[in-house]
Amino acid sequence: MCSLAASALACERDDRVLFRDLAFAVNAGEVLFVEGRNGSGKTTLLHILAGMRRPDEGDVLWCGRAVGRFDSEFRAQVAFVGHTNGVKSDLSAQENLRVARALSVPGVLHPDAALERVGLAGFEDVETRRLSAGQRRRVALARLLVVAAPLWILDEPFSSLDRHGTALMEETVAWHVREGGLAVVTAHHEADFRGAAVRRVVLS
Amino acid sequence: MWALFRRDVVLAFRRRGDVVQPLVFFVLVVTLVPLAVGADVALLKSIGPGIIWVGALLASLLAQESLFRSDFEDGSLEQLLLSPYPLPLLVLAKIAAHWMVTSVPLIVVAPLLAVLLRLPSEGMSALVLTLVLGTPVLSLIGAIGVALTVGLQKGGVMLSLLILPLYVPVLIVATLAVDAALAGLPVSAQLYFLGALLVGALTLAPIAGAAALRISVG
Repeated sequence: MCSLAASALACERDDRVLFRDLAFAVNAGEVLFVEGRNGSGKTTLLHILAGMRRPDEGDVLWCGRAVGRFDSEFRAQVAFVGHTNGVKSDLSAQENLRVARALSVPGVLHPDAALERVGLAGFEDVETRRLSAGQRRRVALARLLVVAAPLWILDEPFSSLDRHGTALMEETVAWHVREGGLAVVTAHHEADFRGAAVRRVVLS
Repeated sequence: MWALFRRDVVLAFRRRGDVVQPLVFFVLVVTLVPLAVGADVALLKSIGPGIIWVGALLASLLAQESLFRSDFEDGSLEQLLLSPYPLPLLVLAKIAAHWMVTSVPLIVVAPLLAVLLRLPSEGMSALVLTLVLGTPVLSLIGAIGVALTVGLQKGGVMLSLLILPLYVPVLIVATLAVDAALAGLPVSAQLYFLGALLVGALTLAPIAGAAALRISVG
């Protein structure tokens, strides 16, 4: 199983240096918890790790190889959940998941089973615009379950979630890394990943 | 890809506003002109094809904004960038769905409006053919502009400035074709030219659009 590493990453935005000479590694079975105040560059770092943005300096390494701009092999192994959910509000939860599977590498879980897992059984055919913010976040979580991506990059996945949803998200991430996956997560609270190995990076 | 194409068509049907607006605009522009310039048949015959084409072009421009806007706002665009499938193919699928849903209704309604503008039957087939060949070019070129401006707040104005110069050749060749048909001359040269523009746009626009999206979103 592969590992994700960053070597001498640097990024500048709006003439501000977000981070410089940043290096870390995450192995299979581990969660990388990225901490930092608002505006410290967490989202930018996650975008760089996902391959959506190029760092000003340094490299992101997956399986020991630097991730290139058009690296479709890498993209096939990454699943990203950002501030927005990445779901179309005019489609039902199930339709959204089916499209997500078609656009990536389908995983073992089917949309209905994934929705049941995140506590949305019975809401499969409801247009997501009619779901609450917390329920839409759960659909985003279900999207992670229907694709076969070992690397999960989650930017504040706990936002909009209630206590149950937060616990569900923590348990799901812990389950994912126990099965041999990797996760990079940012959050504003001290997330409890149920005994999974956690590494930390603090951006200041 | 097929799943994305189907998704966008389904979405368009569920949000009919985006689809109907360009069509209504097109019909309005074309029907207002005879009211404004008078019912002089000779005048209408000479400017008719131009009016229809300008109406179609402006309607197409109006519709372009909706190509990436909603995907950008709900995060789906990020997901497209992260898909292992080649982004130019995904962009092409979106453009194809968008063209089918916004421009094909224009092409269907255009002959009716042409009759309203007293277009003789000799020009009808040329008009439809130029629309069939030309509106995809407009959609493809427009997509590059939209991809570049999708992240901007007041993208609309910038978009028009970027795209209009590239739209003009299509407009000119198309209207030349219809005028030639009306004069009884062959139109194959103009149609071949439009066809060449279409082939060029089909190959280059998705790649340029994908690159533009990476800049806008990344």
